[in-house]
Amino acid sequence: MKIAESWLREWVDPDLGTEALAERLTMAGHEVDGIDYEGQGIDSIVIAEVIEVARHPDADRLSVCQVNDGSRKTLQIVCGAPNVFSGMKTPLAKPGITLPDGVKLRKAKIRGVASNGMLCSAIELGLGDESDGIMELPADAPVGESLVDYLSLPDAVIDLDLTPNRGDCFSVVGIARDVAALTATEMKEPVFETVAATIDDTHPVQLLAPEGCPRFAGRVIRNINLSAGSPVWMTEKLRRAGLRPIHPVVDVTNYVMLELGQPLHAYDLGLVKGPIRPRMAEKGEQLTLLDGKEVKLTADTLVISDDSGAIGIGGIMGGFGTAVTEETRDVFLEAAFFTQEIVGGRARSYGMHTDASLRFERGVDPEGQARAIERATQLLLAISGGDPGPTVVETAEDFVPRRDVIRVRKSHVTRLLGVEIEDEKIVDILERLGLSVAPKKGGWDVVAPSHRFDISLEVDLIEEIARIYGYDEIPETTAISETPLEVVTESLIGTELACATLVARDYQEVVTYSFIDPDANRRLTGVDSELVLGNPISSEMSVMRASLWPGMLLAASANASRQQDRIRLFEVGKSFHGSLDNHEEVVRIAGLCMGPSLPEQWGSKTQSVDFFDIKSDVAALLDLAMDSSTIDYSPVEHPALQPGQAARLTRDGQEIGVIGKLHPRHQKPFDLKREVFMFELDAAGALASQAPKAKSISKFPSIRRDIAVIVDDKISAVDLISTVASTAPDLISDVRIFDIYRGPGIEAGLKSVALGLILQETCRTLTDDDADAAMTAAVKKLEDKFAAQLRE
Amino acid sequence: MRPLSELVATAASEIDAAADLAALDAVRVTYLGKKGELTARLKGLSDLPADERPQAGQEINKAKQELQAQINARREELDTTALEAKLAADAVDVTLPGRGVSLGGRHPVSRAMARIDRIFRNAGFGIRSGPEIEDDFHNFTALNFPENHPARALHDTFFFPGGNLLRTHTSPVQIRSMVEEGVPIRIIAPGRVYRCDSDQTHTPMFHQVEGLVVDRGISMANLKAVLHQFVESYFEREAELRFRASYFPFTEPSAEVDILWEEGKWLEILGCGMVHPNVLEAAGVDSEEFTGYAFGMGVERLAMLRYGVTDLRTFFENDLRFLRQFR
Repeated sequence: MKIAESWLREWVDPDLGTEALAERLTMAGHEVDGIDYEGQGIDSIVIAEVIEVARHPDADRLSVCQVNDGSRKTLQIVCGAPNVFSGMKTPLAKPGITLPDGVKLRKAKIRGVASNGMLCSAIELGLGDESDGIMELPADAPVGESLVDYLSLPDAVIDLDLTPNRGDCFSVVGIARDVAALTATEMKEPVFETVAATIDDTHPVQLLAPEGCPRFAGRVIRNINLSAGSPVWMTEKLRRAGLRPIHPVVDVTNYVMLELGQPLHAYDLGLVKGPIRPRMAEKGEQLTLLDGKEVKLTADTLVISDDSGAIGIGGIMGGFGTAVTEETRDVFLEAAFFTQEIVGGRARSYGMHTDASLRFERGVDPEGQARAIERATQLLLAISGGDPGPTVVETAEDFVPRRDVIRVRKSHVTRLLGVEIEDEKIVDILERLGLSVAPKKGGWDVVAPSHRFDISLEVDLIEEIARIYGYDEIPETTAISETPLEVVTESLIGTELACATLVARDYQEVVTYSFIDPDANRRLTGVDSELVLGNPISSEMSVMRASLWPGMLLAASANASRQQDRIRLFEVGKSFHGSLDNHEEVVRIAGLCMGPSLPEQWGSKTQSVDFFDIKSDVAALLDLAMDSSTIDYSPVEHPALQPGQAARLTRDGQEIGVIGKLHPRHQKPFDLKREVFMFELDAAGALASQAPKAKSISKFPSIRRDIAVIVDDKISAVDLISTVASTAPDLISDVRIFDIYRGPGIEAGLKSVALGLILQETCRTLTDDDADAAMTAAVKKLEDKFAAQLRE
Repeated sequence: MRPLSELVATAASEIDAAADLAALDAVRVTYLGKKGELTARLKGLSDLPADERPQAGQEINKAKQELQAQINARREELDTTALEAKLAADAVDVTLPGRGVSLGGRHPVSRAMARIDRIFRNAGFGIRSGPEIEDDFHNFTALNFPENHPARALHDTFFFPGGNLLRTHTSPVQIRSMVEEGVPIRIIAPGRVYRCDSDQTHTPMFHQVEGLVVDRGISMANLKAVLHQFVESYFEREAELRFRASYFPFTEPSAEVDILWEEGKWLEILGCGMVHPNVLEAAGVDSEEFTGYAFGMGVERLAMLRYGVTDLRTFFENDLRFLRQFR
């Protein structure tokens, strides 16, 4: 909300400069987003009258104006504004003046025509950020007078970011009340005299939806004359608050809303048919709003209706059919109380956002309606004349919010804030806020005024005490906690260690979006996910990812296009599975590599990364877990991966991830030219661990024996190793493959595999005979199982 | 036969002149070998009269020892020279880079988050997590956001058909943890959160760390202390903070915390407050007996301030040239 400092100071005038005042507001929860100092550096701008407007001989868009600046002479000025007209009153900057934006004016020739100054727009003068041409001043503006004097400038426009709980602060009086409490300054509350009725006319109002609209104040005013515009003091205040002047009725209702926080509406009485009835809308009921927009209403909307149907949405916007125009003679003013519950969320549901809905959603004073009508009548009569009828307030008392007595306990104030505040201070703060305070044993009984509808609990009062007391005055005290120490588990390797391991292996962590392109998700996972957002940022970011790969491939692609040829990425994040009613979130660790396996260097050959490079990275991760269970890699068909270079990882039969080469058909959609290798692990499965269990180390030397066997090419390494190991599990402590050979000397379809066996006993030194026996058994088993031939 | 002294002198000069181990060995064989000159003289002792033998024998043995010592010394000399030559030949260019892989790096947001985790872990906080696809109850209702409450409009929420949503803050973890574990409780909950907003200063996904402490007698003074200590630990310097009154439905009193930054500017770094009694009650905690504080911080914001990142969006562009600045 924007509020002019001068207007605020009409209500409360603490002994503080603008900046200090802003700081107090900010600290008290009304954050000042910005301060616009208006009217500075424009002292020399005067009000001028345009006497004559002629087309520029050489430029269609320019006019040559003769301008009266109040002296005897007439000035010739070339003007580019489309809205200039003869008789217009407008600000004039004469040569020699420097404008707020730093432009210095000189006498000039514009396209060959002499120009002795400039007619100014509001923006050029630093007065707001809206303009459609030069600034039009009222017709009665005095020619030759200083603009700042005429507009009562300079002034500061304070932009406040109000919190949703303080609907009572959405007005000059609301902020003034808080400033008064904060600075211990008296309010200068102006007295608005009630305007006596000069006619008896009233208009009937029937509260048909009292739970949503329990109070409705109305007044008939006849014979107004809207030919005169609103006075400049009013339009200036509106402008500084960010509102444009329209005509006196609208201006007055806006003015009272800004001043008192009570939104008002005015109907052209001649167009209202029968009694005014606030009621709930019928489903599908149609209404054309003030701004011309057609809406189809929902049944949870409160409308104002007459015999013709809905003529406005309560607390949000009036209807087009009964709107006041410049021809209107008789008006009916409305100041109603709509509850937060009946207005909340409704404007948004119609794609609207109005000054009225903003206030009703956050709450208005349920007792403030009659006062607003009186104030509006007083202002309107002063501008437009007219004959007021009596103010009629219809109230459904049972539905008007009541203020309850709230007990505030001193002990709870001290307990929650951690500081003991003296009783007198507490009472003083509460009373400054307009609350009535009665001492009780151990505390006070407090009743909030009607405008502090946000206060209903003891803690609301404690907050108010803290806010006015000042958060800065609360000390810092370290808590002594009863919370026991956390258990530090060894059953799961922390992601920090897993990440550190990948970083040590030259992987760069990325963070990609959790919502991705549904096509990419489907292509790479084979799953058509149900988890699609109803209101995504874009369709490429609309489905919850079932894999981290699509996002990482996008990141790889973006980097590849930025001349990065060696890309190694990892990400830790969730993937999302299942249905809308029953979904599952799984933390995953995924990696991606493309380009050379090593950075280009003098000491090693450049080689493209392959399956076994990333397999060793995965193995390193899995080796972090001190777990006796075995990890199996088995060939798998996977929608993302190239057949024959894809494996599923299982730990004791439980799937924990996949690893492999991106299927070449997926390269093109991501615009990737090089082969990509990837892994994706389920963090819980991959990092499950346990505390290490120490075993005694053998004191006896080990023996190594090597054999080479020729077997069918399809026989897997893991089968050969486990077969050999199983022949003497107590004796063979390790089996490793140290060479694989295919080519000349070996028949096609076969391969030669060289195996190294480490033999060791825990209780004695092995003899050559022991080793020979073990080797014979191992070879025999290989021959029997795989028809292996021993290679001499 | 030349005198022994002459023989020793000749041998000594030959030892000195030996240029390598082979030459030196040849000299040794010439004088001390089986058929060497000194060996021969020793054998020839028997031809001398018996009374001359002991002295002659002594002299020959002395000469032999002398030559052996000289040969040993020369060998050592030659060994050293040979080693030096070999080492000189083995010298490498120590300025060449090492072999093998380089180092990868953490994402700056993770780095900041890990740092925040560590600080609170050291202070005895447990780490908790919760689902990112949340229900309305945990994200809003239980946190004292009634339906149609205007504070909900401040959260630009991503919805799923059927009413679930992407959590807009990490605060739902407060509710889940209190319900699961009860109180007292002292935890932080880091994680991804989502808002339907995308411009220069907003990304639709970002990270928060939530904190929650509920115990008997927890006060706002405790909250101020822990956050001040946290900020000084995180920035590794003394920091001036201000606690500004604010509003969150789930805390009361609520505050936003600003840090005094360069050029005397206050920068907002986190939100906090005393847990609202309605929230405690929604989680089954007796608000007459227990009080607590909660806080929430944006990790990207803290990472930007700590590491001098000026554009939020760079965190999610994953440009390696940007990311490689972090380890």
